[in-house]
Amino acid sequence: MPGLGASFGRGGATNFLEDLSNADCIVIEGSNMAECHPVGFQWVMEAKARGAKIIHIDPRFTRTSAVADLHVPLRIGTDIAFLGGLIRYVLDNDLYFRDYVVAYTNAAALVGEDFVDVEDLDGLFSGYDAENRMYDEDSWAYEPANPPESSADDPAEAAEQEQLDDAPAVRESDQAQAAGSGGPPIPSKPKRDETLQHPRSVFQVLKRHFARYTPEMVSEVCGIEPAVFEQVAKWVTSNSGRERTTAWVYSVGWTQHSVGAQYIRTASILQTLLGNIGRPGGGILALRGHASIQGSTDVPTLFNLLPGYLPMPHAMQHSTLDEYCADAAGKAGFWGNKRDYMVSLLKAWFGDAAQPENDFGFDWLPKINGDHSSYRTIADMIEGKVSGYFLVGENPTVGHPNGRMNRFGLANLDWLVVRDLQMIESATFWKEGPELETGEMSPDTIGTEVFFMPAATHVEKDGTFTQTQRLLQWRHKAVEPPNDARSDLWFFFHLGRILRERLKDSTDPRDQALLRMTWDYPLHGETRDPDADAVLREINGTGPDGQPLSSYMQMKDDGSTSGGCWIYTGVYADGVNQAARRKPGSEQGTVASEWGWAWPLNRRMLYNRASADPDGKPWSERKKYVWWDEAAGEWTGVDVPDFEKNKRPDYVPPEGARAQDALAGDDPFVMQGDGKAWLYAPAGLVDGPLPTHYEPVESVVENAFYGTQASPTVERIDGPWNRENPSRSEVFPFQVTTYRLTEHHTAGAMSRTLPYLSELQPEFFVEVSPELAALRGLTHNDYATLVSARSAIEAKVLVTERVRPIKLRDGRVVHQIGMPYHWSYGGLSTGDSANDLLGIALDANTHIQEDKVSTADIVPGRRPRGPELLEFVEAYRRRAGVASGRVGVNGRDPVEASAGEGSTQ
Amino acid sequence: MTSISSASPGLAGNDPSNRLFGPLPDVSADAGYVEEHPARVGFFTDTSVCIGCKACEVACKEWNTLPMDDSHGVRDAMGMSGMSYDNTGMLGANSWRHVAFVEQTRTVDLPMPTFGRPGDDRQGSGPSPMTPGDGVSLADAQQSSVLNAEALSEFDPQTGQSGADKQIRWLMSSDVCKHCTHAGCLDVCPTGALFRTEFGTVVVQGDICNGCGYCVPACPYGVIDQRKDDGRVFKCTMCYDRLTDGLQPACATACPTQSIQFGDLDELQARADARLATLKGQGVETARLYGRDENDGVGGAGAFFLLLDEPEVYGLPPDPVVTTRDVPAMWKAAAQGAALIIGVAVSAVLGSRKR
Repeated sequence: MPGLGASFGRGGATNFLEDLSNADCIVIEGSNMAECHPVGFQWVMEAKARGAKIIHIDPRFTRTSAVADLHVPLRIGTDIAFLGGLIRYVLDNDLYFRDYVVAYTNAAALVGEDFVDVEDLDGLFSGYDAENRMYDEDSWAYEPANPPESSADDPAEAAEQEQLDDAPAVRESDQAQAAGSGGPPIPSKPKRDETLQHPRSVFQVLKRHFARYTPEMVSEVCGIEPAVFEQVAKWVTSNSGRERTTAWVYSVGWTQHSVGAQYIRTASILQTLLGNIGRPGGGILALRGHASIQGSTDVPTLFNLLPGYLPMPHAMQHSTLDEYCADAAGKAGFWGNKRDYMVSLLKAWFGDAAQPENDFGFDWLPKINGDHSSYRTIADMIEGKVSGYFLVGENPTVGHPNGRMNRFGLANLDWLVVRDLQMIESATFWKEGPELETGEMSPDTIGTEVFFMPAATHVEKDGTFTQTQRLLQWRHKAVEPPNDARSDLWFFFHLGRILRERLKDSTDPRDQALLRMTWDYPLHGETRDPDADAVLREINGTGPDGQPLSSYMQMKDDGSTSGGCWIYTGVYADGVNQAARRKPGSEQGTVASEWGWAWPLNRRMLYNRASADPDGKPWSERKKYVWWDEAAGEWTGVDVPDFEKNKRPDYVPPEGARAQDALAGDDPFVMQGDGKAWLYAPAGLVDGPLPTHYEPVESVVENAFYGTQASPTVERIDGPWNRENPSRSEVFPFQVTTYRLTEHHTAGAMSRTLPYLSELQPEFFVEVSPELAALRGLTHNDYATLVSARSAIEAKVLVTERVRPIKLRDGRVVHQIGMPYHWSYGGLSTGDSANDLLGIALDANTHIQEDKVSTADIVPGRRPRGPELLEFVEAYRRRAGVASGRVGVNGRDPVEASAGEGSTQ
Repeated sequence: MTSISSASPGLAGNDPSNRLFGPLPDVSADAGYVEEHPARVGFFTDTSVCIGCKACEVACKEWNTLPMDDSHGVRDAMGMSGMSYDNTGMLGANSWRHVAFVEQTRTVDLPMPTFGRPGDDRQGSGPSPMTPGDGVSLADAQQSSVLNAEALSEFDPQTGQSGADKQIRWLMSSDVCKHCTHAGCLDVCPTGALFRTEFGTVVVQGDICNGCGYCVPACPYGVIDQRKDDGRVFKCTMCYDRLTDGLQPACATACPTQSIQFGDLDELQARADARLATLKGQGVETARLYGRDENDGVGGAGAFFLLLDEPEVYGLPPDPVVTTRDVPAMWKAAAQGAALIIGVAVSAVLGSRKR
């Protein structure tokens, strides 16, 4: 999550769920928390019972809105305009927490003279490269405190490195993701003006940037009445400051936008100005959609990250370990210890084979050479560039936008391994997919060999979940998995074992990584299931004595320590599986530090040094959390301090200090190069240092702020199988948003197959307002057909006043359609797949798709069947002026596909 | 167990020990648990914090291994009911918990000027390419929406004010068997399949039930129901098997917001009274307890509710009365009738003898 990473230094929720009960006001925006996180929602209800105001900002009135004090219906895709309005309100009315802002943020930092804001370039920042649709971030930098010295030993090498940083192939592999734990590297600490008056101070830049976000503008863009905006602004600002705190909660309602990272940045700026970060009942709670999604980025399944948010080495940039660590050398903050973390990782993976002489095996690591994110890879499959694919707990033909394109991708592989609990659509597409009926796909021409491997469920295997608040919780195997079902650990261990046996005599350099790996976990039982506990020990890491490390600060770059994921170091401290701790909340404090284990170092609230003032005293008695104990000479409080325990609040770094020693005693954001929360992000985001309202890629409305309609850096994947609905098209006149229901789970494999859940929401439906039903002649509980440039799908219609049209200031009405995305043809509860309607357009920071907002048409009745469906959709494309979506068999028409690749819209 | 015989004081037309009607302090003792028995337990369902997640429905079905059901009461047939998010429809033989979803809306008269409300002009000058629909009736669409202006008070924390112009309320409530103090189903059961447990709850024994179905019309709430393919009746047992093992019922265990609270009935009643007072203090004038009053038609319920609107809005009877309340009076009337007939017969016989 680069939005949080670039703002605070770590890409994780800043507070924890239980802490919501300490809030005086909770704003839930971009999240339907009650429906999608019902168990965590108990803490919102607890806060409400204690008198907190609950505000839900969402296009739809949901089960979350039902128990909120105020529901604010806004037009889909306008959250930056809304939050920007709040920022302006806070700045204009001097409602920011001044002491906090001056001490703990970069408000006083000066931005370099080269920076030009969107105000002067009609929606573009300085440094825009129109040809590659990318920014060069150099002009966004701070004005350095000290004139630049020749920072690298070899200026020529540094210049070359700089050049490489800007190469499209490097930029595409987005180093921005590395902000998961450790803010983006910055060249040096900035020059500051503590009065905040300098015209180039971040504070003044911020004021000018958001000057345009007036209540009237919010009203016009978001469709929110000024009175309602005022109400939200009052509740939020009156519940922030020394004595009170407001918490902000979001989830994929924000991330799944073409400017998703910037949504989160806007909230970060607002919460920082209000002094709500690192304090009880405050913070930004990023809710994760699945049991271990946080875990899957910590120990990542992403193409561009290594464990602990270390960036994946790049083939063009990083030919040696020294080059890989060059950007961290001499830097302030914990980022400065990158080499310790990396060498420990290499030792964990390669053991004794990793030695100083061979760069600890750095050469054995695979290097990336460009964008290999999920959706790009699907397009590559259709183009015949990918031979094999593993799907582990993912059902892309239902869960990814543009199901048809995903099915075409899988149909053009040599082999596909699907590991799942159920025979999901991504394993049966070749014989049951909807393209068989339309004639676009036929089993006798699909070469993909599909291997289905049944998987063990969470009760059938040991291991950890890392959930929303970075909390690792160990679960014990309750029963043996049935029949051939096996744990993921079993599958990957034995796959590795068999590959190593096959290759044991190979001298091919490319096989050495596999052969040199440590691959010796204890095996248990008849099925020879690897010991999950041993894996957790390896992740935790060991010291020179072979004993588990208790902190990543013990890691060394000389090869004497190991650790598979530095941020998890401490989970096995004292040789105890800390994640398995189960001390009931009733037997300990509200922070419940002895339930499971949270990274980093069991800190439940991040940046909690900020809960005390610069002198180390609590800002107020009511919001006391972590403070400096002068007598003991240490930080103390109800949580583990997210700060060096004995660093005095008045510590000033000496000249030439590096890493954490270069941060002062009042720098609470310890992962940032300057120790501050970033109101302005001089680095770390590819689409701008400040958030700017752009319309979604598919919008029915013109951007009221600037001439630039949509984000200039949005990533598109063009082809006949992924056509885009033109903005402001009369052919696709309605906005669509997708979401989940409590009754089903994501792409449905774990719910559509179960009787008790299927009967609770038995059919695919869409939610429309009575006004839209009247406009289009839709009948309640009868069928309607939705059409986009991708496909047409049918759904039952649920007419409800909970979905409402948004009336804009000029009188135009924007109709919004709500569409849960759980269904497909498999299971007990079946229906068309909502994601077949959507196209793929991505946030360039994260490669996350914009599936929270798109456009479509809706008409009464069921959709055409068979080849008629293709003609029906093609006719829409013709009317909208969109290029043909016709493809050859299995989506791979050579003529069309190559033409599609070259053309960009 | 309550028994009725000619020796019953009920025959006299009154019920001095409240065995059929009225408050009954120790329902278990009345049922014959004269030795030490556990305190009466129950459910307090606070609908003001229900988020409609239906975890109670699923947990109940999982624990009790109930078959699928659907809104039309047909096994293994599924379909969307169209009643908001409620596809269960009602309590039944296979659904022992049922979450009702009630959508209510009201347009607000704004004190401040605004630039118009969505939906003012249905034609819309929006970016629609086609002619507007031919005015399809919205009656179908809104049939499930109940408007209760009195309930939509401005300060009601359960009312989401959606924008400045509209108040929307989406009431959710998890319904269940009430485990009445005076349970009609139990009173009429001829086989003893229905019985009062030591916890004061009412349970059907599936191996004794003969499927006569007398209990179905005897329930004033329409809770107990026959399984169509089986004939026997089924309903909530308050997880009798879990209670005997010292566990809470499955639904209460699964509820994430403590909308369903399980415990000793007197404690729950005290908690409910306090919660009602809190809500009233916050200005929620429409909040009320349902099934709490031991002077009501069923002598108070073992499972009672905090509602935010009239019971009818949730599909609950406003004034349920145990169907066996009038049994004594009926017996009395019957006895009088019988006496009359006997008298007539006797006098006829005597008269004929005189002749």
